[in-house]
Amino acid sequence: MADVTLMKTPAETALAQAFESAKTTLPGNAESRAQAFEQFNLRGLPHRRVEEFKYTDLRALLREIAPFAGVPTADETKVALQGSKAFSNVAALQVPFVNGHFVREAVDFHNLPEGIELVPLREALADGHEWLAHLSPVPWASDNPVYQLNTSFMADGVMIRVAGSVETPVHLRFVTAAASAVATATRVLVVVEEGSSFTLIESHESTDGANHQPNDVVEMLVGDRTNVQHVRQNAEGDRTLALSTLALKIGSEAVFNSINVVTGAATSRHQVYAILNGENTNLRVNGATMLKGTQHGDSTLVVEHNALHCESRELFKTVVDDEATGVFQGKIIVPHHAQKTDGRMMSAALLLGENAAMNNKPELEIFADDVQCAHGATCGQLDEDLLFYLMARGLPKKEAESLLVQAFLGEAIEFVENESAREALVGTVESWLKART
Amino acid sequence: MLEIKNLVVQIEDKRILNGLNLTVSKGEIAAIMGPNGSGKSTLSYVIAGKEDYEILDGEILLDGQNLLEMEPDQRAAAGVFLAFQYPLEIPGVGTMTFLKAALNAQRKARGDDELSTPDFIKQVNAAAAKLEMPKDMLKRALNVGFSGGEKKRMEILQMALLQPSFCILDETDSGLDIDALRIVSEGVNSLRSPDRSFLVITHYQRLLNHIVPDTVHVMHGGRIVRTGGKELALELEANGYADYREEEAA
Amino acid sequence: MPAVQETIDQVRSIDVDQYKYGFETEVEMEKAPKGLSEDVIRFISARKAEPEWMLQWRLDAYKRWLTMKEPTWARVSYDKIDYNDIYYYAAPKKNPAPKSLDEVDPEILKTYEKLGIPLREQEILAGVEPQSRVAVDAVFDSVSVATTFKEELKKAGVIFMPISEAIREYPDLVRQYLGSVVPVTDNFFATLNSAVFTDGSFVYVPPGVRCPMELSTYFRINEKNTGQFERTLIIADKGSYVSYLEGCTAPKRDENQLHAAVVELIALDDAEIKYSTVQNWYPGDAEGRGGIYNFVTKRGDCRGRNSVITWTQVETGSAITWKYPSCILRGDNSRGEFYSIAVSNGMQQVDSGTKMIHLGKNTTSRIISKGIAAGKSDNTYRGLVSAHRKATGARNFTNCDSLLIGNQCGAHTVPYIESKNASAVFEHEATTSKISEDQMFYCQQRGLSEEEATALIVNGFVKDVLQQLPMEFAVEAQKLISISLEGSVG
Repeated sequence: MADVTLMKTPAETALAQAFESAKTTLPGNAESRAQAFEQFNLRGLPHRRVEEFKYTDLRALLREIAPFAGVPTADETKVALQGSKAFSNVAALQVPFVNGHFVREAVDFHNLPEGIELVPLREALADGHEWLAHLSPVPWASDNPVYQLNTSFMADGVMIRVAGSVETPVHLRFVTAAASAVATATRVLVVVEEGSSFTLIESHESTDGANHQPNDVVEMLVGDRTNVQHVRQNAEGDRTLALSTLALKIGSEAVFNSINVVTGAATSRHQVYAILNGENTNLRVNGATMLKGTQHGDSTLVVEHNALHCESRELFKTVVDDEATGVFQGKIIVPHHAQKTDGRMMSAALLLGENAAMNNKPELEIFADDVQCAHGATCGQLDEDLLFYLMARGLPKKEAESLLVQAFLGEAIEFVENESAREALVGTVESWLKART
Repeated sequence: MLEIKNLVVQIEDKRILNGLNLTVSKGEIAAIMGPNGSGKSTLSYVIAGKEDYEILDGEILLDGQNLLEMEPDQRAAAGVFLAFQYPLEIPGVGTMTFLKAALNAQRKARGDDELSTPDFIKQVNAAAAKLEMPKDMLKRALNVGFSGGEKKRMEILQMALLQPSFCILDETDSGLDIDALRIVSEGVNSLRSPDRSFLVITHYQRLLNHIVPDTVHVMHGGRIVRTGGKELALELEANGYADYREEEAA
Repeated sequence: MPAVQETIDQVRSIDVDQYKYGFETEVEMEKAPKGLSEDVIRFISARKAEPEWMLQWRLDAYKRWLTMKEPTWARVSYDKIDYNDIYYYAAPKKNPAPKSLDEVDPEILKTYEKLGIPLREQEILAGVEPQSRVAVDAVFDSVSVATTFKEELKKAGVIFMPISEAIREYPDLVRQYLGSVVPVTDNFFATLNSAVFTDGSFVYVPPGVRCPMELSTYFRINEKNTGQFERTLIIADKGSYVSYLEGCTAPKRDENQLHAAVVELIALDDAEIKYSTVQNWYPGDAEGRGGIYNFVTKRGDCRGRNSVITWTQVETGSAITWKYPSCILRGDNSRGEFYSIAVSNGMQQVDSGTKMIHLGKNTTSRIISKGIAAGKSDNTYRGLVSAHRKATGARNFTNCDSLLIGNQCGAHTVPYIESKNASAVFEHEATTSKISEDQMFYCQQRGLSEEEATALIVNGFVKDVLQQLPMEFAVEAQKLISISLEGSVG
């Protein structure tokens, strides 16, 4: 609370001004936006003394706030989407966003796959759509400053309702292609009805050379006996500062499988906040992060087991080259009523570059006695013996390294069920390794 | 003597034992055979007093004492010994530490003095030698890193040491090669005495070539469906349990 | 083996009231005026007949402390401490600086007798084999009342004396090292300690000397409303070795008492320090009334090449424990080790762990932490392992396991693992579980009661750490753990 009296940084002042001028034009309930911004403004941008941001000091990283992006022209949209390559091999319902604005024309609302309903968020906010009640499924995520900023500024997005077994994946394709730096705030809500199954793909791309500042939130309310496969890729541009949040509330006997693969952005922070709210649910959250140059990649994760007999598995693999910095913060919370919880979290990092750095903070917070929880963290170089073995079999050092790195990241990627998406991610790893100098 | 009368047991709403009756006299070796899932292991756990089982009806008397009213450790002190099918590993607890704690707890419960350390070590070493047990096994933590055969030998060692009056061998032959089976069986046979009864639970007849029973019971559907002499085991070996499954179908 | 039996007997024989060190000693005490001020600091310094530089050091610390805030990051909660409602100095009135045991107040001698701490050398020599002799420095509230085997240690060149004496007799050594590991400004409680510390032990082991016996300090808080602020400084010069033990108890009282100690260890080239603690301060009653606030800063500096510092702690007491014995691995090839058992029951709160800071090349560290939470207690492991840019070849292995007994306690693990050197290899593993029902049944089937089985399995759980303690302490620690968990089963 002592920070209240602190001087506002120029970025914080700019955010306050941006909110002041945007609030009248942003759709929906102005009061809840104002409330979210006020909460944010009270503490300001989180810095290294704020425990959750210890390793990703946003106050230091966000010196200047880019202007919020306007609606792109038809030409701009066309060019932007032509330049987007992510998961191009995956047959899916395309739901594109350019500069944070939903491209309505790209979706044929009359021929959506069976079981999918889709509502543009901008309209929904303006008419007070009934699904809005499902926003913010994870109550404590609302305390997070990144989430609060998204709530304050969210300008567009979609709401999706899934009922039944949907074969065709839904692909949320986010492309930021403005010539100069822009900020965006999008929100996607997915309601997965009881007994449904589907696959959600997310890709995030932006142009190189501009300090874009996307802040995306995807939140899902997932019913009982569902099966959801979630695949996310961050292929942001080289100067982008990307903030993202995945908030999940999952019912009983569900299977939820999520992965985030990161190669992009100068600075990225992906936050996963999940509540397992029904018995016998099985959650897997994986991450595969590849960093080079001076990139900074943060994976933050909190899983709350709020019911009996749930199982969660978290596996995060980070490869850090050059002078890049990797961060993993994970926390499993088990309140006293969540007996028979089985939670296992693992973070493994490979430091390839001499000056690479990795910060790991795997936490357990446990109040129930009949549980099996574990976490592990490792950090080190490639196994010299394995390298030697491969080289003795005739592989050049670089190839041997690549092979081992692929195997290392592969352990996190192999859980992706959609074959084409998995191939695309394996391809991402291969091209990242090829580009290593 | 052990008497089980009309024992009805369920676990999580599933009926496992269905009015089981069984008598084992002093000095008798009784074998229980039966197909998988017939309730054999449940019977052994219920006699030893494992939680999780709901006793709906019946009684179990050992020399007239009602076992069902006793805690597992009291049953052990009363003479019940269960050789586990899967003996537990207890990290950090030395085997000798465990053996001494168990032996003295039982002696105390029976009103005997504690054994002096030299006497205790003498007894353990003698029993270990009989079971051809390598000395270093006794130095390790209880069952930790033991092979399947070593764990079973450790069970028989405990049986020899604790001198129970009623021994249950739950699938003791599972996971044993022929040499280990011989050693374990010899260990059991050397403990045969007019005051000690055995309940040998097994799926296969081969154990009964080594530990020859006085009576053989066939268990199926949670009760004893047939009782005979040792020749019954041979008959089962020849014909399998198929007869009993048909019965169920009929 | 006998220890297990003793443990079991002990558990059996104890009823509700588990804390057997809770008695009080009637001794007339001289105290500084209540509260904290420059005058009180001058009073303490004068009582200790300190040189001017020491007083100045204290006053500087006090000025700094006034500007600092109490830390709030630990997972503990307590009512605000009124630092002006504490006596910072309390010493027995009768002869506060006795020259021999005959001058010590017999009431105090009786206290140590009751606690089982031998202070008379002849008695120790009569009963026990020479190799297990332990030299003891007994600290009673704010002063050291007796130090045994001083003369014999002196023959070996080892200096072992109360730090207040060392400040007068070896000012150069003290000045060179005091505050060199835990700077005056380090943290709120360390700075407070720097201003008001009263007594504690000073050890210097000269080059090449293997200290001929275990050294130990026994801390006793007796007086009401009194804080204990001890300061310990241990220097192992090149190629030397010393093993040091620390024990602590306090009477039962309804109000909380503050214990804010600072311990600094310095190991030069090829030197080794083993520091073991059995902490058994009064933990408070079942409702959480009373008990010691144990806010302690302990840090070792592996300053020389190939130096080794090992911390072993058995924490069973205190209402609140805030303690992170750490190692700065500065010298190349140096090694730091931390072995910990933290048991919490009742309303106790433990936030403890370590920091291993790898600065030198090829430095290694090892952390084994076993937390056991029962009752309504909270037990947190908090640890930092870091490799700095130049820490090429650093290695760490961490294992921290927690065991929960009952459904109203909490066990938490908060590790920070930071590597800035690619060649550093860190491995961390942690588990939380309960005693397996199958293990319990197996033990009971062999005739052990539920409590006996729990004690046995818990002792197995903590064994890796107990093995690190000197024999006499290991037995005591094992007993303590079982006593602490009394009443937590069933």
